[in-house]
Amino acid sequence: MATPWWRNRQAFPWLMQALVGLVVLLLIAFLVGNLVRNLTAAGLLLSWHWLGQPAGFDIGESVLPFGAELPYWRGLLAGLANTLRAVIFGLIGATVLGTLAGMASFSSNGLLRRLVRLYVEVVRNLPLLLQLFFWYFVVFLSLPNGTDALQLPGVVLAKSGLYLAGLQNGLQWGGPQLVNGVWQAPLRMSVEFAALLTGLVVFSGAYIAEVVRGGLASVPRGQWEAAASLGLGWLASLRHVVIPQALRVIVPGLNSEYISLAKNSSLAVAVGYADLYSVAETTLNQTGRAVEVVILLLSAYLVLDLLISAAMKGINQLVQIRER
Amino acid sequence: MNPPLPSSGSPLPSSGSPSLPPPTRIRPPGGVVDRLRRELFSTPADGMLSLALISVISTGLFSLLRWGFVKAEWAVVQVNSTLFAVGRYPSAEQWRLWLLTTLLAAATGITWGLLRAFPRPDRSSRPWPRNDFIAVAVLLLLALWTPWALGLKLLIAARWLGIATLLIALRWLAGRFGPQLSRKRVGWLALAWPLLYLLGMVLINGGLWMATVPSARWGGLLLTLLEASFAILICFPLGVLLALGRRSELPLLRWGSVLYIEFIRGAPLITLLFLGQNILGFLLPGGMAPDRVWRAAWVLTFFAAAYLAEAVRSGLAAIPKGQLEAARALGLTTPQALQHVVLPQALRIALPVMVGQFISLLQDTTLLSLIGLMELLGTARTVMANPDFLGHYGEVYLTLAVLFWCCCAALGLGSRALERRLDPSHTPSRS
Repeated sequence: MATPWWRNRQAFPWLMQALVGLVVLLLIAFLVGNLVRNLTAAGLLLSWHWLGQPAGFDIGESVLPFGAELPYWRGLLAGLANTLRAVIFGLIGATVLGTLAGMASFSSNGLLRRLVRLYVEVVRNLPLLLQLFFWYFVVFLSLPNGTDALQLPGVVLAKSGLYLAGLQNGLQWGGPQLVNGVWQAPLRMSVEFAALLTGLVVFSGAYIAEVVRGGLASVPRGQWEAAASLGLGWLASLRHVVIPQALRVIVPGLNSEYISLAKNSSLAVAVGYADLYSVAETTLNQTGRAVEVVILLLSAYLVLDLLISAAMKGINQLVQIRER
Repeated sequence: MNPPLPSSGSPLPSSGSPSLPPPTRIRPPGGVVDRLRRELFSTPADGMLSLALISVISTGLFSLLRWGFVKAEWAVVQVNSTLFAVGRYPSAEQWRLWLLTTLLAAATGITWGLLRAFPRPDRSSRPWPRNDFIAVAVLLLLALWTPWALGLKLLIAARWLGIATLLIALRWLAGRFGPQLSRKRVGWLALAWPLLYLLGMVLINGGLWMATVPSARWGGLLLTLLEASFAILICFPLGVLLALGRRSELPLLRWGSVLYIEFIRGAPLITLLFLGQNILGFLLPGGMAPDRVWRAAWVLTFFAAAYLAEAVRSGLAAIPKGQLEAARALGLTTPQALQHVVLPQALRIALPVMVGQFISLLQDTTLLSLIGLMELLGTARTVMANPDFLGHYGEVYLTLAVLFWCCCAALGLGSRALERRLDPSHTPSRS
């Protein structure tokens, strides 16, 4: 007796697959058809000419020079540069903070361990956006200005910005100075950028701390004991024995944290820092070019993610234990 | 926003695991003083560190308390408590929300009691474990303290107390008389939850004989919970299907799932919400596009499904291939084998990661405030734009922080309780 076609184990899966494919294709055709029809009706068919028109808006601060008379594509590029700036500094800061916190959760000091636990639990259970608003409105915007500003060695925190010591006019080391009631320094950070950076570093730091803690915990206890019996101290056993073994667990975990950080940097719009998303939103509001703007946005973040993944893949290969 | 995903071999740091003691130390017995000395002052360096930390912590705590009790003006939260709870939901229709809250409390009480009445057969358990007493005490305390702190009217405070009492009374009744029901009948009672959800939707939205309340008037905690619960419920089946699709042997299904998952995971949520608000209208024939609130809800759902799929995939990857093969050898079809053998195990393994995703989804609802919806954070921003309450950022954000922290912590606690109940090892429970 021949098996009916729906019990045929060769044909049935392919039929199913063809059916699903057909449905998906029909759905896509339906959506794209609507898109083309609606865009034509609105006179917004896909075109990239508007990118060359003058933007007409200015952005608060940017790494690349930008002004209202420059075209849209320069504005989007400036936004991308601002995003990259936040991501790069955020990655460095979060890695340092997360590593310290992750290591501190193995400290012999019970208070320090519990403090790290508290930090991780509080930060991970609160929305990042809320944290960013907190840093911006409650902390940075309530800083005093002028002579009352918070003065630390080499750093001045004021409502008008963060002033850092650095090299100026060639090779002279200079600190922040008050000139006619206005702070001036070799390096200045806007409060928007400072709030974004603090928020991202504190948030990602907590997640990275957990990755680092998990990595260190994955090293068997015997390794610590063996290191101790060889006469190595806490720091020396950590450096020479535990970390090299923990890294191969930590690095893949870091990859997803770094990608999260890059994506989370898009919340900069909430604190008024002109990152890629914020510029794109303004561009859309001015031009109405929704589809093009969204395509540019999504591909920019996708490329950023791929770059981070590729870099982490390289690092991962370095830290893997080479077996003979 | 996105908790760590289980990429190759990373040891899923679950947020709940207690901090491990340093690996070279064994905990010796001793009193409180001994323990303090050992934990804080074991070496001179530790002692110095402890003193420094204690001084920093006490200064911080002192200034926080001084701010909270002296400087802060909590009127901004008290006056706007209704706005934070339900947004601009018309006051004439708010009885529906009270009814829904009462029904939810009743269902919670009954479920809680029945769970205690029907413990796992392989475990001994008391009808009133210590944790339940703590939970009841916390509940009563909240029902008494919150209305007083918010300065609610006596009538409304009495309602909250009544709802809390109802919950506890039903918990007691269900625990006391539950064992007389048959296990099968109790299983049917679980269906009450999806029905209650549908009823809740009808109550909130209107319909039947009730007037419709437009979604633009939903707000505050109501909108936050609605968006989060909707996305969690719908993304679950989608995520499981996507995970199965990604592991399927059929290339079209596999590549379709991979493409979808990676596309969603590569984009920040805010850009997807932006896409939903600006392009969804173009993608559907005129008039068919949902309104802003539902657009956001669907975007959240599709977003969460991709992350959930990865969580489920990590669970599927942990199931040995032999399980499916054995089930097939017993004559089960592949769908049957997946349903009865593979998925129950995979989902149990993936549970902590999935709950982690749900927690971050709840947190991600705050992003809706950036596209102009009045969920909790959006409400907070409009309240603070009111000239009467200008500059009271600290009070409002602290309130929201406590609220979110409690919701997320509650989800985490529930997840751990569920994990214990589903734990396959036949060990007597400790609680």
